[in-house]
This record gives sequence, C-alpha cells and structure tokens, in this order.
Amino acid sequence: MVRVISRRLIQLVATVVALMTLVFFWLRSLPGGPVDALLGERATPQTRELLTRALGYDQPIWVQYGRFLKNVVTGNFGNSIRTGEPVTEVIGRAFPATIELAIAAIIIAIGLGIPLGYLAAKHRGRLLDNATIIVTLVGISIPIFFLGYLLKDWLTQDIHLFPPSGRISTGLGNTDVTGFFVLDGLLTRELDASADALWHLVLPAFTLATIPLAIIIRITRASVLDVLDEDYIRTADAKGLRHATVRKRHVLRNALLPVVTTIGLQTGALLAGAVLTEKVYNWGGLGTLITDSISGGRDYPVLQALILLAAIVFIVVNLAVDLSYAFIDPRVRVK
Amino acid sequence: MATLAENKRRRIEELIARTSEAGGVSLFRDAGRRLLRNPTAIVGGVLILLFLIIAIFAPLVAPHDPVQRFPELTRDLTVDHIPGPTAGHPLGSDPLGRDFASRMIYGARQTLFVGVLATLIGLLLGVLLGAIAGALGGRVDAIIMRLTDVMLALPSLLLAITLVALASQSTQWTVIIAVAVVNVPIFARLLRGSMLAQRESDHVLAARALGVKRHDIVLRHMLPNSLTAVIVQATLTFAVAILDAAALSFLGLGDPDINRAEWGLMLGVDGVRYFEVRPELAYFPALAIILVALGFTLLGESIREALDPKNRR
Repeated sequence: MVRVISRRLIQLVATVVALMTLVFFWLRSLPGGPVDALLGERATPQTRELLTRALGYDQPIWVQYGRFLKNVVTGNFGNSIRTGEPVTEVIGRAFPATIELAIAAIIIAIGLGIPLGYLAAKHRGRLLDNATIIVTLVGISIPIFFLGYLLKDWLTQDIHLFPPSGRISTGLGNTDVTGFFVLDGLLTRELDASADALWHLVLPAFTLATIPLAIIIRITRASVLDVLDEDYIRTADAKGLRHATVRKRHVLRNALLPVVTTIGLQTGALLAGAVLTEKVYNWGGLGTLITDSISGGRDYPVLQALILLAAIVFIVVNLAVDLSYAFIDPRVRVK
Repeated sequence: MATLAENKRRRIEELIARTSEAGGVSLFRDAGRRLLRNPTAIVGGVLILLFLIIAIFAPLVAPHDPVQRFPELTRDLTVDHIPGPTAGHPLGSDPLGRDFASRMIYGARQTLFVGVLATLIGLLLGVLLGAIAGALGGRVDAIIMRLTDVMLALPSLLLAITLVALASQSTQWTVIIAVAVVNVPIFARLLRGSMLAQRESDHVLAARALGVKRHDIVLRHMLPNSLTAVIVQATLTFAVAILDAAALSFLGLGDPDINRAEWGLMLGVDGVRYFEVRPELAYFPALAIILVALGFTLLGESIREALDPKNRR
C-alpha cells in the first residue's frame, strides 16, 4: 500500500513539474514575452529594458528556469500584474469561495444522483426511468452557463426567490474566520449570516452540479442494472433474505464501485464548470480569478499558479479515489 | 520457404473471405442492422441529418445574408431595445441590426465546421500518437504516455482555456485547436489500450506466425479492429467540442470576428449580454446547441451499444 502511494506521488510530482515546464517555456516563446504582456503595446524601449532587467529576463533561459522551479517549490509565485499583491494572497482569498461552491455542488450531485439513478434502475422502462434518462441527456447537452442565466432569470428576476449574485448580502458582514462563509457564520454564531450565505449558494451550486448530477445518475442506473442481473442477487433473493437487506448489502454496495470512480473524474467537470458558474453569478472565487487574469491583459503570474493549483487538486482527488477503492472493494485489497 | 508461407497465407485469407461472405455476419453489418432497429439511434441520426441539410443548403433556406445590416432593423435599435419579429425578419434582429433567422441558419454551418474540425484534428493526432505508442511499445510508449499524463493533469475545459490564454491572440483557429488538443490524450490512450490488448490476441499471433510483416500487422490487423472504439468516442467528442467552444466564447476567449455566425459565439457573447433585453437571442442558439449535442450523444451511445459483442445475437 505504502509503495503504491509513494509511486503515485512521485508520478504526480513529475507530471506537475512537466506541466509547469511546458507553461514556462511557452510563455517565454510568445512574441514579446511576458514583458510586453506586462507593459502593453505603448511601452517605451527604456521602460521595457528596465522591467526586463528587474524581472531577470535578461539572464540566460536556464538560469530563469532554475529560479522559476525554486520559486514554485518554495511557493513564491511573485506578484499579480493587475493588483500588485502577492499571488499566493490573491489565490488564498479566492480559494475558499470556490471550495465552498464545489462542495455544495458535489453534495447535491451525489445526494440526488445516487437515489435518482437507483430509482430509475428499479423502475426500468417505466415513466420515471424514461423521464430520468431524457432529463439527464439534456443535462449533459446544455451549456451550463446558459442554464445559469436561465435559472437566474426565472428564480431571481421573475420571482424573487434567490439572490441573483454574490456570496452574501451586503451589510451582513460576518466575521471572517476561514473564508467559508457558511462555516464562518456557524463558528461565530452569526446564524443569520450563515443562512444568508447558504441562500446565495443554492443557485450557483445547482448550476455547477448539473453535469456531475446527470452523469452520476446515468452511471448509477447502469451499474445497478448490471448488478441486478448478477447471480448472487438471485441467490440472495432465493435464500429468502429480506428485500431491504438484499438492496443495501448486495445491490447498492456492489453498484457503487463505478460511481466512486465517476465522482473522482467529475472533480474535473467541477473545476472547469466553476469558471463558467462563477462568471454567471459573480461569485468571486478561483473561476472569477481565472477569467479576470485572462481578460484584463494576461496576468501570467496568477495564471501560472492557478494552473498548478488546478492540476494538483485534480490529480490528488483522483489519487484519493483510486486509493479509496482499496477500502470499498476487498478484491482490490488482496491484489 | 517464402512461397510456402505465401501460399499458406493466401489459402487462409481465401478461407476468411469465403466464411465472412457466406455464413458469418460481420460485426459491422450486424451492428448496422441493430442500429437501424434502435429508436434512440434513429432520433440521433435524424437530428444530425436535419442540421447537416440546413448547413449544406443554408444559402437556399436563409431569407437574408447573415452579415448584412438592415436599415429597417437598425432604425429602432438601442441598447435596451432589439426589434422582434417583423414581416421580412421572422426572428427579428440581432444586436447589430442583422437578420437573426438567417444568422441561426448559417450558424449550422459554422458550428458543425468548428465541431467537426476540432473532433477530426483531435482524433487524427490522438490516433497517430496512440498507434505509435501501441505498435512500438518500450521507451516511445513510455514517453507518449507521460505526455498524455501531462495533458490529462488539467480538466479538459481548463486545458482549453489555458491553451487559448497562452496564445498571443485568439482567432477561430485558436479555438478549434484548443478544443481539439484537449481530446488528443483521450484518443491516444483509447487506441493504445486497444492495440495492446490486440497484441496478445489470437488473430495477431496467427498473422505473426504466418510471417506477415510488422507494419502490415499494425495497419491491416490491429488498427481496423481498434477503430470501433475511436468512432464511438469521436461521435461523443463532437458534442463536447461544440459545448467547449461555446464556453470559450462566453469567457471572452472565442472567435473575435463579429461577422461570424456560430451558435456558441451567438449564445456566449450577444445572447448572454442581452439576456434581459431579448432572451430569444440566447434561447435559439442554446436550443440549437442542445439539439445538435443531443443528436451526437444519442448516436454515439447507440453505436457503442450496437458494437458491443455482448449484444450480438
């Protein structure tokens, strides 16, 4: 077990270093390079030269690369071009917003997805099943930013059920402890702030959950159907086990294995979907940060760090899913 | 010695040819028959066919030129008011006073163009890499696989965003290539996996025993057998490609050409910007995208089901 984990961790580090190396050399190969990106087109030769020297871009590429790697390892990503703040600070501020949103979305996706998929499989070929299939197909075919605008239009403009954007109402300034607004409210016993943050979370979380939800429903349905066909289910039924026992111990437990893998893979959809969802609801998390760093003149230091962060989160979650297999499935443990 | 092997091979190939013509039903023909009996496949196929026809005959179907601005539309055009349907313009105006219906119809062309090209480029590069890795093995295989690891380290849309963001300026081709590259590692892994499985299989062993040359084994025996999985994946990829292109437009990373009528662009830029003023500008391209993506997903899944040997009778 330890050997497997350590091998995977080494592979993770190698992959991330390779990714960062590609990004580094790509940026240096752009016409004008990062200096032009920083200064824009109207820079005079003098300021350009000054900045080139200040940022160390006049040194040989290998020296720059070595320094870049050292900075990555020590967590020093330089300052944001747009705001001048340290990149780690900018990202640290946006991080909890996205994690809060992503956790809410995955709770919705799993909490609704597995029961709905199970129900659809149980009522195979009937109305509920067919309706579920159609809804999930539309769910994976709809551009989610459009769905976001649609929900926003219906539920915040036509009927004022939810707040249209942001994470919390102005004036409800709760004490910032962790940056997770719902959790902060609970920690500081400002329950109204917590409830308000939760209320703001509903629409964005549902929008972000759309694709993972549709996919989890489909996988659960297919997997339950597969398991229901197995001989051991027939055996369990035949030997007179209670229906609920068969369902819980035999059907669900076996059917959930592929679902777990899917959940890991859907982290990717969540990270990418967050960029779109956050723009729709003006959320102010990492997704907003990515969009802002690209559109307002490319903010390369921030972008570099965000790419690194996304890659690490994505790979680590998938590693965790792979490892969780050993706990869920005894057959894997033996191997 | 050579002639002996030659004769033997010819006899076996004749035998194979005879059996597949007479009694045995080939997997493809069998799959095709099952596909035609599957209502899901028919719905998907009809949807795609419909959009293809619209795309091909766009100049005949569209009432107007998609880039021309009409004085009768631009006259009452303001930021808060975009004219709705009138006599000559069944879907009204777009934000620049152009005929929206014509833009929707021409949009089929551009959207299919982006989707098809992105899918094809991704497929060709991926198949090439996968085939090389699967056929050669060893160090080449290891290098290619580490390369796909790096590309898979980012979720697909984020990789596409990164690629466009790292390009100095965005054009239609930046979008197509970014969306295509995202799919390269998927196709490469798919093909490599299938080739590896076949390397151990009986029919490749038989071919090798008969002294068939290595590149013939790869090209004539291994590749064709791996392509079924690739075809299914390509059909499904198409839907994702259109959605990704729309997402890039929404993020301001799309095609900057304001004359281009492409659904993702229409939805992601104008549709969203004028959602409060005239939501139809978003509804129509969104509906078109959903239907086209749905068509390809349905078809792709039915093909996968039809090709699954478990479903053979």
